[in-house]
Amino acid sequence: MNSSLRILLRSLLGALLVLALPLRAEELRLAVASNFTAAFQQLAPRFEQATGHRLKPSFGSTGKLYAQIRQGAPFEILLAADDQHGKLLIESGLGVPGSEFIYAVGRLVLWSAQPELVGGSHEILASERFRRLAIANPLTAPYGAAAIQTLEHLELYDSVRDKLVQGENIAQALQFTYSGNAELGFIAWAQLKALPAKQQGSFWLVPEDLHEPIRQEAILLRQGEDSQAARAFLDFLQSPQTRALLKEWGYDTPEAEPR
Amino acid sequence: MNELLAQIRTRLGAFELDVELSAPAQGVTALFGRSGSGKTSLLRCIAGLQRAPGSRVQCGEEIWQQDALFVPPHRRAIGYVFQEPSLFAHLTVRGNLEYGWKRVRPDERRVRFEDVVAWLGLEALLDRRPNQLSGGQRQRVAIGRALLTSPRLLLMDEPLASLDLESKGEILPYLERLFAELKMPVLYVSHAPAEVMRLAQRLILLEEGKVRAAGELNGLLTDPDLPLAHLDEAGAVIEARVEGHDEEYHLTYLQTSGGRLTLSRSSLPVGAVSRVRVLARDVSLTLTQPEQTSISNILPARIVGIAEDRDPAQLLVQLDLAGSRLLSRITRRSAASLGIGVGMEVFAQVKSVALMA
Amino acid sequence: MGLTEADWQAVWLTLRLATLTTLILLVLATPLAWWLAHTRSRLRHPIAAIVALPLVLPPTVLGFYLLLLMGPNGPVGELTQWLGIGTLAFTFTGLVIASVLYSLPFAVQPLQNAFESIGQRPFEVAATLRAGPWDRFLSIALPLARPGLLTACVLTFAHTIGEFGVILMIGGNIPGETKVLSIAIYDHVETLEYGRANLLAAGMLVFSFLVLLGLHLSNRRVRLYRL
Repeated sequence: MNSSLRILLRSLLGALLVLALPLRAEELRLAVASNFTAAFQQLAPRFEQATGHRLKPSFGSTGKLYAQIRQGAPFEILLAADDQHGKLLIESGLGVPGSEFIYAVGRLVLWSAQPELVGGSHEILASERFRRLAIANPLTAPYGAAAIQTLEHLELYDSVRDKLVQGENIAQALQFTYSGNAELGFIAWAQLKALPAKQQGSFWLVPEDLHEPIRQEAILLRQGEDSQAARAFLDFLQSPQTRALLKEWGYDTPEAEPR
Repeated sequence: MNELLAQIRTRLGAFELDVELSAPAQGVTALFGRSGSGKTSLLRCIAGLQRAPGSRVQCGEEIWQQDALFVPPHRRAIGYVFQEPSLFAHLTVRGNLEYGWKRVRPDERRVRFEDVVAWLGLEALLDRRPNQLSGGQRQRVAIGRALLTSPRLLLMDEPLASLDLESKGEILPYLERLFAELKMPVLYVSHAPAEVMRLAQRLILLEEGKVRAAGELNGLLTDPDLPLAHLDEAGAVIEARVEGHDEEYHLTYLQTSGGRLTLSRSSLPVGAVSRVRVLARDVSLTLTQPEQTSISNILPARIVGIAEDRDPAQLLVQLDLAGSRLLSRITRRSAASLGIGVGMEVFAQVKSVALMA
Repeated sequence: MGLTEADWQAVWLTLRLATLTTLILLVLATPLAWWLAHTRSRLRHPIAAIVALPLVLPPTVLGFYLLLLMGPNGPVGELTQWLGIGTLAFTFTGLVIASVLYSLPFAVQPLQNAFESIGQRPFEVAATLRAGPWDRFLSIALPLARPGLLTACVLTFAHTIGEFGVILMIGGNIPGETKVLSIAIYDHVETLEYGRANLLAAGMLVFSFLVLLGLHLSNRRVRLYRL
């Protein structure tokens, strides 16, 4: 009787300790733009191992994450896919002024899961060899807006307009294209590079002058102002090692951007 | 002529039904037996509601089932009255009555809509919904609905069993009048002796899925070998004709094959044919014609059988009154003191007679 | 603030989708419900379970498999391509198919319950009154199942109106083709256009309430003349 009571107490104590642990190593909640999903998932364990903090990311379109933050979502950091929403958050008092910086510049690709379809150019867009072109919702996803700009710039928007299907975010645009339901899709270069080589199909890397640069901004939110972990993560994101990795994974890194 | 001939063989789990029966082209044949004796299954097999491979059913010239032939129920000219009225809840009384009526070709209709409505007293109910009717009214509608399909065979499965006493009393006269009108065999399932005595001309006694006895009603009622004669309300039912009325003493005289019966003034007209029920316990025996007695119905009879009764103190005596059978229930001691035996001529004193009209 | 043309387009599309889905489901679900209510086949329970699946599955599961099935390499996709109508994802037809599947239990179950509650007796009675099998179905089963039929229609319609997850997954947000009301509301919310979102959402709320209220009232009336 006595010994089993002791075992019970011990396991209760153990459980309490386990529950209390994250209190010491901080837990960081981040809103992460969908295009950055694959990169983030590779970065997270490195950061967690180095600092002992734990990362809790939520992925979505930048516009959606922004709306959630406006409604009080408990994030400490936003990793946006543009440099607009961060400024809006600072204006509305939800972002910490001066904390923002460009952590990556995204590249747009026109992609098909079929190996032969996109011959390294945009010619396919003018052809009848596809029925659906997937993009991210341009209202909420910067990559979607960039796709529309590209089409307009190529003066192809009106001709492909009826073939456009919108993913809720860039991850869904990838998914539509990956599953073949859309033959073509405008996705992030980083998303494509994260796919196994065999599944990379064919693509055309959209020249940067066809759309506004996709300057992806990170910003510290009010709720993360006092968080050691948040500061640590932002530092980690700007470290030369991280930049090198991001470059490898399909992002340009803004050497010239002043901090 | 629509005589019904049926041989039904079927197995339902552990229960086996093996019945051969016939019903004449007119008149009510009661299927009588305890619950579980197979009455309802038999009726359902005849209607085709229940499959019984290897059975044979013939109504008049039409064969409804034989070998591989199986006429589905909706192609059999039957009228079926279920124990519960089972009216269609989404239709009015008129809608219910017209349901089968509309589905019979006009040249094949042998009853008039108005006649059936009148027979069953449904005129005032036609626009009501089933849930606005009493139990007895519902069953009357159900009977009318079945009759309006101009059936060549009427099957009734304990149509009164689900009704309360009052509703039964209300519906019985309708049934009697109806059965007198109908020119088709009626199979009437019941386990209530009073109903059978009142309505049936013929009786088929079912026991555990087999026919125990079949024949004319009174013959079976008064057969001491059959369980009917041993019921508390055992008795005889005999045909009677109103001979005359005695206005002074408020009496009615009935002529039966066994002699004249006197009873309280009845409203039946002279010449009317009806049936009287004489319970076994109301009949006593004397060896000589009593001179001074208050009992007015004393008929000469011959003893044709003596049998043990359920109560060991009593005996059941089967009497023959010039062709009519009566039962008398007397004590064993009386029988001994009278010294009665089969073949003896005696006098039957009838204490009470019920005219069934 | 009034509704824009795009909003009206979404409303109209949604009504079309719900109406079509309801009509198709009535045709499909009635025999299926009848079969489920009367069969003694061993397949009965597995099939009833399959019909009920959309009740418990997240819409994303259904959307995911539909996307795979209707995709160019899926069996349905291969069939539709062979028929020369291309693939069905991101089309109105695709939405109708998805809605039919997604709302199937909402049509089948009320009907099945209604058919089961009628029991065998009225059909036996009708058979003895010269009604053949089809006649019995039309003249007895359907009218007696009316409350169930009504419930099935209303639930299917309302459920389709409120469908979101599946459409989000296979719709592609194409105005006039797959951008239904719920998606339009979602878009307005995401872009912080709360005024327009509110207008559409409140309209939907009132509409759904009225539909359910009507259903309850009419079913109460129907029950009055059941035995």
